[in-house]
Formats: sequence, structure tokens, C-alpha cells
Amino acid sequence: MAAEHAVVAHDPNIGCTGLDNRKMGMWAFLGSECMFFGSLIGTYLAYKGKSINGPGPHEILNIPLTSVSAFVLLMSSLLMVLALAAVQRDDMRWGKIWLFMTALFGAGFVGFQCYEFTHFVHLGLTLQTNLFGSTFFVLTGFHGAHVTGGVIWLLSLWVLALRGRLGAQDSLKVEICGLYWHFVDIVWIAIFTLIYLIP
Amino acid sequence: MATHAAYMTGTKLSAGSVLWSWITTVDHKRIGQLYGVSAFFFFLVGGIEALIMRLQLAHPDGTLVGAQRFNELFTMHGTTMVFLAIMPMSAAFFNYMIPLMIGARDVAFPRLNALSYWVFFSGALLLHLSFLAGAVPNAGWFGYANLTSTQFSPTHNIDFWMLGLQVLGISSLMAGFNFIVTIINMRAPGMTLMRMPLFVWMSFVVQFLVVLAFPAITVALILLMFDRFFGTLFYAPAGGADPLLWQHLFWIFGHPEVYILILPAMGIVSEVLPTFSRKPLFGAPVVIYSGIMIGLLGFGVWSHHMFAVGMGPVADSAFSISTMLIAVPTGVKILNWIGTLWGGRIYFSSALYFSLGFIAMFTLGGLSGIMHASPPVDLQQTDSYFVVAHFHYVLFGGSIFGLFSGVYYWWPKIFGKLLDERLGKVHFWLMLIGFNVTFFPMHFLGLIGMPRRIYTYAPDLGWNFWNLVSTIGVFVIILSFLTFIWNVIATTRSGPPAPADPWDGRTLEWTIPSPPPVYNFATEPVVHARDDFWVQKHGDGHGSPPRKGAPAAHVDTVSIHMPPPSYWPILLAGALFVMFSGALVSIYQVVGGGLLTLYCMIRFMLEYHHQPDVGPAAGGHH
Repeated sequence: MAAEHAVVAHDPNIGCTGLDNRKMGMWAFLGSECMFFGSLIGTYLAYKGKSINGPGPHEILNIPLTSVSAFVLLMSSLLMVLALAAVQRDDMRWGKIWLFMTALFGAGFVGFQCYEFTHFVHLGLTLQTNLFGSTFFVLTGFHGAHVTGGVIWLLSLWVLALRGRLGAQDSLKVEICGLYWHFVDIVWIAIFTLIYLIP
Repeated sequence: MATHAAYMTGTKLSAGSVLWSWITTVDHKRIGQLYGVSAFFFFLVGGIEALIMRLQLAHPDGTLVGAQRFNELFTMHGTTMVFLAIMPMSAAFFNYMIPLMIGARDVAFPRLNALSYWVFFSGALLLHLSFLAGAVPNAGWFGYANLTSTQFSPTHNIDFWMLGLQVLGISSLMAGFNFIVTIINMRAPGMTLMRMPLFVWMSFVVQFLVVLAFPAITVALILLMFDRFFGTLFYAPAGGADPLLWQHLFWIFGHPEVYILILPAMGIVSEVLPTFSRKPLFGAPVVIYSGIMIGLLGFGVWSHHMFAVGMGPVADSAFSISTMLIAVPTGVKILNWIGTLWGGRIYFSSALYFSLGFIAMFTLGGLSGIMHASPPVDLQQTDSYFVVAHFHYVLFGGSIFGLFSGVYYWWPKIFGKLLDERLGKVHFWLMLIGFNVTFFPMHFLGLIGMPRRIYTYAPDLGWNFWNLVSTIGVFVIILSFLTFIWNVIATTRSGPPAPADPWDGRTLEWTIPSPPPVYNFATEPVVHARDDFWVQKHGDGHGSPPRKGAPAAHVDTVSIHMPPPSYWPILLAGALFVMFSGALVSIYQVVGGGLLTLYCMIRFMLEYHHQPDVGPAAGGHH
């Protein structure tokens, strides 16, 4: 205990609760993000079925295709767990691989979304078409922007790892990125259910 | 680096180095002062806008400004006072006092703290550039849809407003995360949550309100931005949209915002009253619980701003009840403050005068608030001067009186100089009289039918007399603030230096010199009770004798490690400014600014990568 206490006392990021400042800050941020997505989702639900012209969700949405992209995003959470575990045990060979794979899967999801958006525009649904178009593109677009931010974050960590500047002592930085990444995944579960699955 | 070393040791610097040291500072005390000076500056700007409006309304058929200019004035007056005066003035106290009151050497994220200030600065700049561009926001401080649509506001007026508020929101959110972590994690040993000073507690509640309420206005503004820039239909009735969406999102933010504005002042009053009554805050835990209750209920009352839009009897009743309910914890606090004074050995300082003024004026504002908690009454009063009177009684009579109580209370700690108490009381009486002469007649004007936001009125409506009285009151308020400015100048030049503990204080900030050294506490304080410093000096009032503090061990203060300055906060804020202002110029500036922001963000994050010993200063980590 005494030795452990001494170690704790030397880390300037550990506060009086024994928790890391940076991790607690990320939790506070995620709490705020809940209200952010809550407001966007609330707007979508408030305007559901209020469009005065088509196309509507049932004519446009391709559930099987988006299920695949949702699966890719959820699997990236598994890869994130593997990346963190590798960094924590200082296995940077696998750490690099899993970080890159997580980013790749995230980028895959964003790619699917770009395809989906383009496809919908071809089918005649744009931001300006009707309330469904406005709410759908803005809600899923802001989620996609969050995923893109996460991909940039993961790639930054990956580049640091390639340069040998990321090791077990930095595992908290990977863990915080992971918190964000899992949060963005969970938000997608909510959005996917509300927009795609519920008729 | 050289300037940092000089700042740490107090060596004299050239003017350029001084400026550079302020620009790159990450010291919570300096950031607090930056917030304070900015807030006072914008308080004067917002005040001048109010003065012009009152001059216009002093007589019927006023011709000083036209209808368009008047719209700009009330929009910028409201926006400035809420976002650029009261909030940053509270932020000044959060920054300066919270680390001192919890026994820490800085906040949890000092560079993020500097970033919050510079992003605030960028937002304020963006908002005020609208004056140079000749496109001043003009749709009111709550910018109701669909007045803000491109159909009715085709020029950049609303763009400046929505982009400026968006930037200011980012600043508030970052500060909110920082202070939540600071208060939870940076407390000195023994400073349990229930031993925390009341100001820290009320600030703690405020930070939760900020991080949970601001996302709602962020989304409301994003939707507005998409409507204006990309032609979406969020607030367009022609497309089937309901413009009430804006009102709901805005007030889900806007009502907690009211408590964001008042709770810091309540915290200050809860520090000032015990100090000058020389007895503990009466029922301190109850004051804490009622602060938390106000925070929780504050999220359930937003639609009382919308009784007039016809939500139906069920919603009206529900929001009416929750609004009346929130008066209970507020009333509890007023009882506790009066209970604190009761039987105290009162020292009538200027700070106490302002706190007493706060209690009286805030109670009046609360009473008129309770009146329009009832929908039938509200329907008579809404959009009339009665409402203008109400919210000035809670924001000016409440927040501003409370904040100035804090200014007089903590001035000696922050600047090491005592303000003149006689001039302080002159300031108080002029402000109290001027405030009431200006705003009390607005109750009458509202009840006899004067609507708010009209730029002039006909002479035969019976409004002439009270409008003139109200305008005369403004000059008394101006006189009161000239007295304050004179007080500051005179005492800074030749006032007596302040001792460490001029008021026989109760909390940790009074245990260290005035002004505090860069590192705040030479040795980490250990806390044994609420009002620990008082107990140390005078005993706990239940027979236990004063506790002698441990003899001051010699501490080599030069070796205390403090976070070095950084220029990345101001660069990152500048990049954000380039990106957001680009929305008014060209898409290339937005993209360029975005890339610059990303670059600065990565440099900011990696500044101390693998240099953990250069990280933030530790507080309370044993």
C-alpha cells in the first residue's frame, strides 16, 4: 500500500478521489454529449411523420445495408478494446495493428454513410426536400462527424505509436479515446433503432 | 520561458514581456482577472446600450434612434449582459476563488482554462464585429424563430449573433468540464464535499447546469445555422415545421441559464453573510441541498416562458406547478441568510451592504416571478414592461448586487489593496436608489399596458411620467459606477495595502498573503471542519479551543513546480475564430480555419506528451 501510495502521489493527474483528472473530464464531456444528441434525437422524433411531401423513411432507408455498416461500427468497439489491452501490456506491435484497425473500421462506417447520403440524394432526398431530409441528414451527419473526429484521434495515436512515442505509460490516453469511441457507438445504437428499425 | 521564470520570482519585466506573459498565462488567478476586466468592460458596453434606450424612451415620440437601431440595442443589451457581463464576471470568481477555497494550486486543466478565456474573447469579438460590418443582431436576445429566418432577416445580422453565441457556448462548456473536475478532484486533504465553502458548492451546481443546458442551445443554433446557410426546414412553417421547436430548445437552455446567472451570486452572499455576522451560515447543509434542488428543478420549468403560445391546460398547469415549486428552495435560502444575520455580531462592510441589497432586491424579483408563474396572470403580464421589471430585479438586483458584494469582499485578496469603505457605501446607496428608481416604475408601466421592445410611444397613453422617472434613475446608476471606478483608481494609487485576512475570514483563501503568491499555498492545507480557518482562530463555538496551526515550516517556494505558460490556447482560439468567422466570408476560410484548428488542437494536446513532470500543478493528491 505504501509503495502504491507513493506512486499515486507523484502523478500530477491523479486527484484527491484517486481518479485521473483527464478521465473524469472525459466523463463530464460525455454527459454533455448525451444532452447534445438527446436534443438532436428529440428534434427528429418531434418532426417524425410531419413532412408534407415525400420521400419518407420507408421509401428510402435500406435496412440491410445500414445493418452491415452498423455491424462494422460495433465491431470497431471490440477492436478498440483489443487496442487498449495491447497498449496496457506494452505490446505495441499489436497495439499499432488494433489502433489502425479500429480507425479503419470507423472509416468504413463513414464511407458507408457517404455512399448512403449520395444514394439518397440521387433518390431525391436532400437537406431541403422535407422535414425528414432535414432531420435525418443533420442527426446522422453529426453522428458521422463524431465518428470522423474519433478516426482522426485514433490515427493520431497510431502515428504516435509508429514513431515509438506511445507506450504502456500512455495507456490512459488510449483509454480516454476508447471511452469516446464506445460512446459514439452507443449513440449509433440509439439512432439506428429510432430511425431505421422502428417503423 | 524567461518571462515565466521572472513571473515566478517576481522580477521586473519590460512592457512587451508583461503583455506576452498575460497572453500565454495559464495561472487561474491571472485568467480570473482577464475574465473580470473583460466582464466589466462589456458591462459598461451593455450599460451604454441601455442608456441610449432609456434616453429614447424618456419622452413620447422620441427621435434619438429609429426602430431598427432600437431593435439592435435591446438585442445586444440582453445578449451582452447575459453572456458577456454576468457569466464572465461569475467566471472571474470561479477562476480566482475556487482553487484558493479548496486549497489547490491551480485548476485541473490550466491550459484548457486559458483556452476557455480566449475562446470567450473570440466569441465576444465576433459578436461585436457586427457593429463594424453594419449588421448588428436585431431579433432579441432569445432570437425567436422564424423572425430569424432568411425570409425575415436576410442580412448577416442573425449570422453574427448565432455564430458568436456558438463560440461563447464552446467556451462555457470547456470551463464547465474543467471546474467539475477541479472541484471533485483538486480538494485539499480533509476538504470533504460537505466541508466545501458555499460559494464552491453553488459554483459546482452551476457547472453541471452549464454542461447539461448548453448543448440544447448548441443544437438550436446548429439547426438555425442549417436553415440559414443550407435551406433546411427546421423552423420553416411552410415545410410543416413548428417554430415552437426553437422556443423549446432555447428555453431548455434558457431557464437553467437563469440559475447559471444567479447561483454564483447566491454563493457569494452565502460567504459574505457569515463572515460579517461572525457566525456560521445558518443551516449550511440545507442551503447546499436547496442549491441542488434549484439546479434539478431548473430543468423542469422552461415552458413557463411560453404560456402565451397556447400549449394547452395540461402543460400550462404542469409548468405552473413546477415553477411555483422552485420558489421553495429559493425561499429556504432567503430564510437561511436572514437566520445567519439573526443574533450575529454584525460588521457593516460594503460587501455586507451589497449582500443585504441582494436579499431585498432578489426577494422583490422573486415575488413578481411567482406572480407570472400563474398562466392567467402571466397572460396579462407577458411581453409587457412588468416582465422587464421582473428580470431586472433578479438579474441586476440579484446577480449584479451579489457579484459586487463579491467584488468588495475579495478585492483586497485579489489586488492586495483595501477599497475605501466609505466610497463603497456611497456606491451601494446610489446603486440601490438608482436601480429602484429605474426599474420599479416599470412594474406600473407594464400593468398599465406598455409592451416591451417598443421604440417609442404616443404621448396620450399615460406612460410619460414613469418613463421619465425611469430614465432619471439611469443617471443615478451611472453615478454609482463612477463612484466605484473612482474608488478603484484612488485606492490603487494611494490606498492602504490589504493584510492577508482583513475581514477575519472563515475560508482557506484568507490563510495566504494578499495578493496570493503564484503557487497559492506554500504547503498543502489540511482541513478539519467547514469554516476551518475560523475554527483555527476562534474554536468551533462548542467549547473546543482555538487550534494552533502547525508552526510554519520553511518551504523552498522557488522549487514549487507550476505549469509553464503556453501560447497554444490563444492560437487554438484564434484558429476557431478564423473558422467560425469564415462562415460569413467564404467556404475556403471555413475549411482553412478548420484545418488550422485541427493542427493547433493536436499541437495543444501533444505539448507535454511524455513530459509528465511539466504537467498541471498538483493539488490535493495525497
